[in-house]
Amino acid sequence: MRSTLPIATVVLAVIAVWCVAAVLLNAPLQRDAYANAGRTDYSTQDLAVDSLNMDRPKLPGPHQVVVELYKLVFATPPTSKRSLVYHGLITLEETLVGFLIGAALGVGLAVLIVSVRWLDRSLTPWLVASQTIPIIALAPMIVVILYQFNITGIAPKAAIAAYLSFFPITVGMVKGFRSPDPLQLDLMRTYSATRVQTFVKLRAPASAPFFFASMKIGAAAALVGSVVAEVTKSEDGGLGARLLAGSYYGQTVQIWAALFAAAALSAALVGLVGLIARVTERRMGAHP
Amino acid sequence: MNPRRLADLLPPLAFGIAVLALWEAGVRLLGVPVIILPPPSAVAARFATSIPTLAADFWQTIKGVLAGYIVGCASGFAVAVLIDRSPFLKRGLLPLGNLVSALPIVGIAPIMVMWFGFDWPSKAAVVVVMTFFPMLVNTVAGLSSAGAMERDLMKTYAADYWETLRALRLPAALPFVFNALKINTTLAMIGAIVAEFFGTPIVGMGFRISTEVGHLGIDMVWATIVVAAVTGSLFYAFVAAVERRVTFWHASYRVKEA
Repeated sequence: MRSTLPIATVVLAVIAVWCVAAVLLNAPLQRDAYANAGRTDYSTQDLAVDSLNMDRPKLPGPHQVVVELYKLVFATPPTSKRSLVYHGLITLEETLVGFLIGAALGVGLAVLIVSVRWLDRSLTPWLVASQTIPIIALAPMIVVILYQFNITGIAPKAAIAAYLSFFPITVGMVKGFRSPDPLQLDLMRTYSATRVQTFVKLRAPASAPFFFASMKIGAAAALVGSVVAEVTKSEDGGLGARLLAGSYYGQTVQIWAALFAAAALSAALVGLVGLIARVTERRMGAHP
Repeated sequence: MNPRRLADLLPPLAFGIAVLALWEAGVRLLGVPVIILPPPSAVAARFATSIPTLAADFWQTIKGVLAGYIVGCASGFAVAVLIDRSPFLKRGLLPLGNLVSALPIVGIAPIMVMWFGFDWPSKAAVVVVMTFFPMLVNTVAGLSSAGAMERDLMKTYAADYWETLRALRLPAALPFVFNALKINTTLAMIGAIVAEFFGTPIVGMGFRISTEVGHLGIDMVWATIVVAAVTGSLFYAFVAAVERRVTFWHASYRVKEA
């Protein structure tokens, strides 16, 4: 791998900056702690080491987050309410359900927009405008409305995940279905292909790269949606609920652990889509 | 406005009005309670009576949005220009930047609230982190988009690195930079509003939404969403208008001859 060394260097640099920042941010707190304990004989090294190992630091040291992650992922039984696996699975379930609904809706709407002319003219400007709207502002309200209808459990959160993932997918797929160039469309016409045939044999295959690109965006957006939804309805757990609980009780290490778990989940989802994309593209005859 | 553009505007306008009318009629005919879905007229009435509150929320949120947007975009751009000279750093930072753009960055909101307090600087900090990486990735891509022919031409002019950057590569990167600026308008609004869910003084659009949802004041929530949507769209439209002015030469603005 040509870029392993550069990436490793950058990651190491990030960790180094993190350590320095943690010491600088926590040192004042630690000095107060020393003062309270009546300790005056500490060296700079003591200060640095203790700043990286505080109970409620402003910024926990990287190793504290790793230890906390290990503790909450592997050392806690996955049925416990403290386990990140427990909360991660809740989030993953909402994200996947929401993402699948969002993807189906998004692709379906794109098909309609591409094939029905008046829908295209009247709907597309709204879709573009909707991209500029902070959709997430709707999330808390949707959760509450669905609760009014006695729709509880994962459904309201999956709805928000679907809602957030469906716009980028629609926009990407419309672009993808329109990506064949006029020459190819003309060729289909000379074959006297029907509109359906043109769609199945030309537009759909041509949209594959756009499909996977928008699936990646959609998967990431679905996760953001379920995390934000969990913040607004935190009784049922999930990584977003852990974030909120951590911020209520000042448990910084717990926040960071939940954040890293969410990041890992998102990276895994996007990576999975990327893997499927690569396999499919190879099947379709792309040369890597 | 010429008649062509007016004709282009008509179908979406008609569609929007139809949706509003259906919404109003549906809510009234089916007797949907206001706490579930208020009719547009109720939202408009609520909007008209609470303009001072909405304005205060708007100013509180927009401070965080603008400060974060400017700092995030400027630093992303600066870092991109700096690492552009080092292929090593580029190879290391770009995959990381792509990874980070897929992460749920809004999750850092509680941490930023803890570091920078409840007021708008913590919201600006979330926005900085959210806008930085799209800008970085796009600018780096843009800086390498100038063609080999043009670079060779600059070389024959004996232009040095900075002259090439100023006269060729930065202008060629502008469409990418504006793309990031446009993406970031939405991200900035989202970042600031979600950060306000995690703690804020008793003002701000995110705060208003989360508390009014708690009181079941859904018409106020919709009024705030209208403000957020209009703000987001105007912000985007402003950046797009600047883009049109600055990169008028780009192929996507060519008008087809009728």
